[in-house]
Amino acid sequence: MSPVDGAGSSNPNLPVDIAVTEGRVPDRASEGIPELHEVGCPEELRERIETLMARYPDRHSASIPALWAVQELYGWCTPEGIRQAAAVMRVTPGYLESVASFYDLLHTERVGSHRIEVCTNISCWMRGGDELLDAFKAAAEGDDDLFVTGFECLGACDIAPMASIDQRYYGPLEAAEAGVAIGQIKAGEPVLPEKDLAARPLAGDTANPGGAGA
Amino acid sequence: MPDPRETRVLLEHAEDPALRTLDGYKRLVGGYATQEKAYREMEQDEVLKELEDSGLRGRGGAGFSMGKKASFLPRGEMAKYLCCNADESEPGAFKDRELMQRNPHQLIEGIAIAALAADAGHAFIFIRGEYDLQADILDAAVAEAYEAGYLGTNILGCHRDLELVVHRGAGAYICGEETALLDALEGKRGNPRLKPPFPAVQGLYGGPTLINNVETLSNVPRIVARGAEWFKGFGTEQSPGTKVVSISGGVRRPGNYEVELGIPTRELIFGLAGGPEPGHEIKAFYPGGSSSPVLTPAELDLPYSFEAMAEAGSMLGSGSIIVADDRVSIPHMALRTARFYHHESCGKCTPCREGTNWTVKMLERVVRGEATPMDLDIISSVQENIMGHCLCVLGDSMAMPVSAMVRKFRPEFEEVIANAGSPLEEASHLAAVQGPPETLGASV
Repeated sequence: MSPVDGAGSSNPNLPVDIAVTEGRVPDRASEGIPELHEVGCPEELRERIETLMARYPDRHSASIPALWAVQELYGWCTPEGIRQAAAVMRVTPGYLESVASFYDLLHTERVGSHRIEVCTNISCWMRGGDELLDAFKAAAEGDDDLFVTGFECLGACDIAPMASIDQRYYGPLEAAEAGVAIGQIKAGEPVLPEKDLAARPLAGDTANPGGAGA
Repeated sequence: MPDPRETRVLLEHAEDPALRTLDGYKRLVGGYATQEKAYREMEQDEVLKELEDSGLRGRGGAGFSMGKKASFLPRGEMAKYLCCNADESEPGAFKDRELMQRNPHQLIEGIAIAALAADAGHAFIFIRGEYDLQADILDAAVAEAYEAGYLGTNILGCHRDLELVVHRGAGAYICGEETALLDALEGKRGNPRLKPPFPAVQGLYGGPTLINNVETLSNVPRIVARGAEWFKGFGTEQSPGTKVVSISGGVRRPGNYEVELGIPTRELIFGLAGGPEPGHEIKAFYPGGSSSPVLTPAELDLPYSFEAMAEAGSMLGSGSIIVADDRVSIPHMALRTARFYHHESCGKCTPCREGTNWTVKMLERVVRGEATPMDLDIISSVQENIMGHCLCVLGDSMAMPVSAMVRKFRPEFEEVIANAGSPLEEASHLAAVQGPPETLGASV
């Protein structure tokens, strides 16, 4: 009996605690390592994961990159995609699922194909990150193709408040720019080119508002 | 032109996009000449000695001597590894992002030389998954370095091999903790390991492993090229060298500035970052990322060095200053901080998992006006019971700033409690912050 089966796992005489088991009854039909021919893995995915595994002394190291590949192909880490990756990697789907569910950028539930992560951590919060998140949510309302979420520090406090849109950073953003960005995403246009982090100069090379110091 | 108060060593020529390419790196800063010198003319011990003599301290947070760390690796025929920690996720820190984006080859050359010091044949850059642009830039730079023979087998004809893999994480702050990073790199959930054994003895795949931060490794080529004495010419005795400092929050010109360690903190916040917006004053600042105990304006004249920050009861950490101006409510900032660590706790150790959870709940009660002053004592005691009681310091990273805020700003917490009924919406406490200041929009 695994601990998941109930509070009495270490002592068979204790009653099983319903609160512990409810909602997470273990899958009795849990499978071992699936065979490649059973899972219908697309050739390109198989090749990609095999290339990834070859980069490491131990093939297990390819689990996060393999899940990235699954997510890229299917839009999220689908159960089928995870089984396919598991068959190629010779690990159980449960193993890959446990890895995928640990990381914020890997989605084990369906999400829109465009992903907008708005930072709400300290520096962005001080400069209006919460309002920016609300603005993005409002602008994306009703469109299943857009996934908007608040996110912990993205490492771009210099452009606070900021958002990561399809894995690229933009900021500092005004709340009103959320609608502009979403319009550009839908139209397939470049998103807020003037707010792209890649185009920013070093802070010390910009005009100095502080003058000679205090 | 860079601000004259900056001392650009790691960021030398970083304004030039050509620096990203192998040709540009060679032309602008004489790149890869040091790796050639080290591989052709130097023994492992000579490189180690230079690094140890330089006094270079780890730039990731702990500030441990890089040379010493490398010397802990045992000698012998076993496979050894080098991991570059590029999982920069501490709120307030964004310096490694800049270094990788603008000068990826400096890091690669640093890794190649450090691998010689550690006798590692396999190296990894573990970069956070969010840094997609920087990972693409590194991928391209690594490919160039392989092509030019600075990585791969029989490098420069010196019978040394080094494989370098850029490994993207997938969003978990805990993976910046070095043993959690190793688990993630081995393809597992990023849970920290019990120490000892330390990674230098038993790390990646059970082999001896040297783990260093991006900025630490980026310092290596110049130290080996110009010598330990040259490096010690910058900074203070105990904090030699320059440091890329990330400054953000309530300042007019947030960004990364490279300065000599030991520069007055005031010069960083007021001189380089422009100080608080007109009409406002500084209320508190985190000197070394969100896990450092906050300091007050009375401490602005301290030198910005590892030792001065430690003496003031805080830490330099990753070198990331977050400034809170007079519009910021400290109890709300404490809650924001605690929520982050609660979200990022991996859940392995009870004091951290439960401590971060209850700290968030208690701070929510405080800002809702449902707490009593006694709750502040309970919050403080919970923090004390987290510190030093877990496998890693994630819990401590919440406990240190939260307990400092309660201790230093207790009257403000009590005032919030007394004014019961104020809404949880932090936005209301920041009504005066109207979007980013116009100076920030400046682009090339």
